[in-house]
Amino acid sequence: MTAIVTAEGLRKSFARRDPASPPVLDGLDLELEEGAVLALLGPNGAGKTTTVRILTTLLRPDAGRATVAGHDVVRDASRVRELISLTGQQVAVDDKLSGAENLTMMGHLAHLPRRAVRDRVDALLTAFDLADAAGRRVATWSGGMRRRLDLAAGLLTRPRVMFLDEPTTGLDPRSRQALWDVVRGVVADGTSVFLTTQYLEEADRLARRVALVDGGRVVAEGTPAQLKREVGEAGVELVLASPADAALVAPALAVPTPEGARVRVPTDGSVAHVRAVLSAVEATGVVPEHWEVRAPTLDDVFLALTGHAGQERAARPAGVAA
Amino acid sequence: MRYLLRDVTTMSVRGLRLVTRDLDAMITAVVLPVIILLLFVLVFGGAVDIGTGYITYVTPGVILLAAGFGAANTALAVERDMSSGMVERLRSMPVAAWTVLTGHVVASLVKNLASTAIVFGVSILMGFRPEATPWEWLAAVGVILLFVAWITWLAALVGVLVRSPDAAGGFTFGVMFLPYVSSAFVPVETLPTWLRGFAEHQPVTPVIETVRALLSGSAGPGGEAALAVAWCLGLGLVSMVAAGLAFRARR
Repeated sequence: MTAIVTAEGLRKSFARRDPASPPVLDGLDLELEEGAVLALLGPNGAGKTTTVRILTTLLRPDAGRATVAGHDVVRDASRVRELISLTGQQVAVDDKLSGAENLTMMGHLAHLPRRAVRDRVDALLTAFDLADAAGRRVATWSGGMRRRLDLAAGLLTRPRVMFLDEPTTGLDPRSRQALWDVVRGVVADGTSVFLTTQYLEEADRLARRVALVDGGRVVAEGTPAQLKREVGEAGVELVLASPADAALVAPALAVPTPEGARVRVPTDGSVAHVRAVLSAVEATGVVPEHWEVRAPTLDDVFLALTGHAGQERAARPAGVAA
Repeated sequence: MRYLLRDVTTMSVRGLRLVTRDLDAMITAVVLPVIILLLFVLVFGGAVDIGTGYITYVTPGVILLAAGFGAANTALAVERDMSSGMVERLRSMPVAAWTVLTGHVVASLVKNLASTAIVFGVSILMGFRPEATPWEWLAAVGVILLFVAWITWLAALVGVLVRSPDAAGGFTFGVMFLPYVSSAFVPVETLPTWLRGFAEHQPVTPVIETVRALLSGSAGPGGEAALAVAWCLGLGLVSMVAAGLAFRARR
């Protein structure tokens, strides 16, 4: 397979605006195979949006190189723009226009042949299940419908690569499901998709490969199954009264001592293993406040791979969506 | 560049649709100027004695004041595009993204043309009797539109630079004062000396005097007209270039 998107050693810092801020990208490498879906998975502030902005020609990297279909995103920016579409974190459609008006406008701006615009707009409205609402102002639409329109606006030209920056953040589960179906359809039509997300489940459902980002670099890459295997399919999670208790319990379970009062032990979920874990806890004499068996979450994968929880990093450059 | 005209057209259609469907903008364009006209003529008009009918004196000023109010809508609309992801999307497409500004300016010009027509209409109903020839009318409207173009490009610049809708709204405040401290509503001779210096040498005064002269049919505003056009063209070009550069620089 050939790579349609590549990034090598991308660096970006907003230190000019805020000297105290750490670099947003610190040598990021990645590759998206043609026709595949790559999910960039990470917490807020990890550098996901900055990566997308560089790959879509909106931002110049301080160092490193990135290409789309062989074209350099800095030197060949205008060529790259003809091959991609970007659906950002915010829904970029005009509320005061109808769905059809929005798409028609985007069709003209995408320089489709004038006579082709109408057919393409109608086809997309139908494909995205928006035909019934097409004549109504978008202000009256639901969040899920607006997001679908936003995606459709990026598909007027049949891009080679579609960039989706946290496309389902803020959507209810049903709209999220509908959006995933739409993305699968886009991929089935041959478009490669570059996706960022905070949700392991989303990466799991959509992506063939997942790149885990933290602190501006890719800390792990693989199929969703490979990544999850790193932390075990599920874990016994113990909530203890204090970090001191956790420091007593963790060694007995042969897991690293956590920063907080929460200890997690990977498990295959079998009765025998869970019982063995609980017995080991009991033997320390510490009584947990609460315990449960949980499937791995993004936080667990993060904890396992980076040693810290995947929460929002404090230092975020002012005015820049990280 | 091959598609520049098409991009500008598409953006202008968008700008016009956004304006005509924005209740705030429409009230500012249609209702507010009429209220201001009524206020000046009926409330202040009795007290101001400047020889001719006050309505004849004040009508051009009301139109310019309305243009200032309307410009705030433009600043808001541009700010919204900058922060809503719309500009991001356009920049990732093979279009000249700055044409989005042109769209708002064209919309503003059309909107102000409508406001101007409405104010003139109401003013004539209330007794304003311009004695201009069709050419003088055309010239007067032309000067008004030049002024609107300058104010709107300035508003677009503000919209690009500010980082919140509130800051964009604050723009009205600034441009509102220019017509007040000019010959728009009272003769500059009635102002205190220190203020008169400013009033006589700021762009609104020559624009007002030119429009007044053209409408009253008193020929040969010559120097004043040249000054008005020079002010509006000069400041308009500076504002336009500055807006374009700021748009490119802001990421």
